[in-house]
Amino acid sequence: MSIDLKTIKHISKLSRISVDEKKAEKLAGDLNSIFDFIEKLNELKTDNVEPLTSVAETTLKLRSDEVKSKNLRDQVIKNSPKENEDYFVVPKVIE
Amino acid sequence: MSDITKQSLSELVENIKCKKLSSSEVTKAFVERSEKSKELNAYITEDYANALNKAKKFDEKPNLDLKLPGIPMAVKDLFCTRDLRTTAGSKILNNFVPTYESTVTQNIWNEGAILMGKLNCDEFAMGSSNETSFFGNVQNPIDKNLVPGGSSGGSSSAVAAQLTPITIGTDTGGSIRQPASFTGTVGLKPTYGSCSRYGIVAFASSLDQAGPMAQNVKDCALLQEVISTYDEKDSTSIDFKRNEYSKELTKDIKGKKIGIPKEYRVDGMPKEIEDLWKKGIEYAKDCGAEIIDISLPHTNYALPTYYIVAPAEASSNLARYDGVKYGFRAEGENLIDMYEKTRSEGFGAEVQRRIMIGTYVLSSGYYDAYYLKAQKVRKLIKHDFDEAYKKVDAILTPSTPSSAFKIGEKTNDPVSMYLNDIFTVPVNLAGLPGISIPAGHDAKGYPLGLQIIGKAFDEQNILNIAYAMEEKINFKNNITDWWIK
Repeated sequence: MSIDLKTIKHISKLSRISVDEKKAEKLAGDLNSIFDFIEKLNELKTDNVEPLTSVAETTLKLRSDEVKSKNLRDQVIKNSPKENEDYFVVPKVIE
Repeated sequence: MSDITKQSLSELVENIKCKKLSSSEVTKAFVERSEKSKELNAYITEDYANALNKAKKFDEKPNLDLKLPGIPMAVKDLFCTRDLRTTAGSKILNNFVPTYESTVTQNIWNEGAILMGKLNCDEFAMGSSNETSFFGNVQNPIDKNLVPGGSSGGSSSAVAAQLTPITIGTDTGGSIRQPASFTGTVGLKPTYGSCSRYGIVAFASSLDQAGPMAQNVKDCALLQEVISTYDEKDSTSIDFKRNEYSKELTKDIKGKKIGIPKEYRVDGMPKEIEDLWKKGIEYAKDCGAEIIDISLPHTNYALPTYYIVAPAEASSNLARYDGVKYGFRAEGENLIDMYEKTRSEGFGAEVQRRIMIGTYVLSSGYYDAYYLKAQKVRKLIKHDFDEAYKKVDAILTPSTPSSAFKIGEKTNDPVSMYLNDIFTVPVNLAGLPGISIPAGHDAKGYPLGLQIIGKAFDEQNILNIAYAMEEKINFKNNITDWWIK
């Protein structure tokens, strides 16, 4: 299998990480060597194996639907790079 | 007492309890040694003034019934600490000051310990050498320009160099055990669900566990006893009966059945590692354990499985870093451009690589071929352990396929870096507890570790085996303080 530059560009878009040509080429090389290594899994037949989604063999506990924390607005907004009163500020989205 | 920093955690606790030492004396000693050790680059954020104040306050009204009375401690910078910057070793969190405390660290402060600062680590815990940290390499106190392992490299360096009496790390694929092995220290990765993940910067949520890193097994047991609690804030925290690990610690392991998995004899394993393992088997026999050959047939598939599961979960977890809610933001022409620039400038190369792998294996058309396949193989790997534990009580393996390597030696080849975790990764995939103890030196005089893997929730048993073997091994770390001028 080979991951080409077009695929890298596609993944970069999905990941919301911008890549220029030089970085894309480096990533393609790295990802190809990593996927060569991952392909080893195809040696195994797993048709009848159930996927393991959690090692903790417990069911999720139920709890009552109560509000436990007090108003956290200030704490939530405290680390934002840009805010205006009670809101996070982002570049204009609607024209 | 001039040699305060040479004392183990257990000795310091004893000396504070019987009032031979005050918290201020102990804290001052570790702060001074940390200040003289900047060349190791073990700390990302120092909080010495606050630590000294807290120690003074503790001494004014000492509560000597606590388990860690007035003990100073630096912790891996992956644990959120209220009002103290928490970076996860990343530029993207360079200015992040949590408004809440992780459960694990809260448990530690509740027992009287005092925060000294935050320790360096690989960015988002992704790395095996601490070289992916935005805050630079960490030096291994064993030798100059030697990596301390990773991702908990600042933690292993700080414990080995006695900048902190004990510490905590996190382990997703070996990030506690491998650095412990590289620095001649003890590191325990508990059973998945033993220690709360609340307030730990997430990497791969089905694998991440916090655990103690210490100079000896007894100290390790004491800290495990403090940090392991059921926590309703973590939906994967497990409510099981936890032992008083340090009180119940015993060297009597007569008749314990210890398995030796033949698949861990990997191709190209250095003879030194093979010899260390043989020696380990003899030590275990000397302690009265019974040695049994076992098979873990899917061992060779663990790393490829890990390099699908962990990046997939990471790509999802790290989607939260968008330059909006917290952390670094790069300006962009529009919202999407801002996201893309923020993440491109804010994450380092290894983190970007893993987000890309994860995004790819989860993307439309590839999910079944990669992610679902990996989850199925993960089941087979866990099943191997389930079968083995019908015959044995614990499993003994080397911790790593080599001793510590030089800074820069493996940075250009991600796969060779990943191979470092070949013996530790299966344990995370199966959710089991594993401990690394120092067991010898290689020809260069660098430490080598042995790993004991237990059944789920059987931390006490592997701590006991480690405790018994530690006495037989009688390991001495050879640290010359070369970094202190």
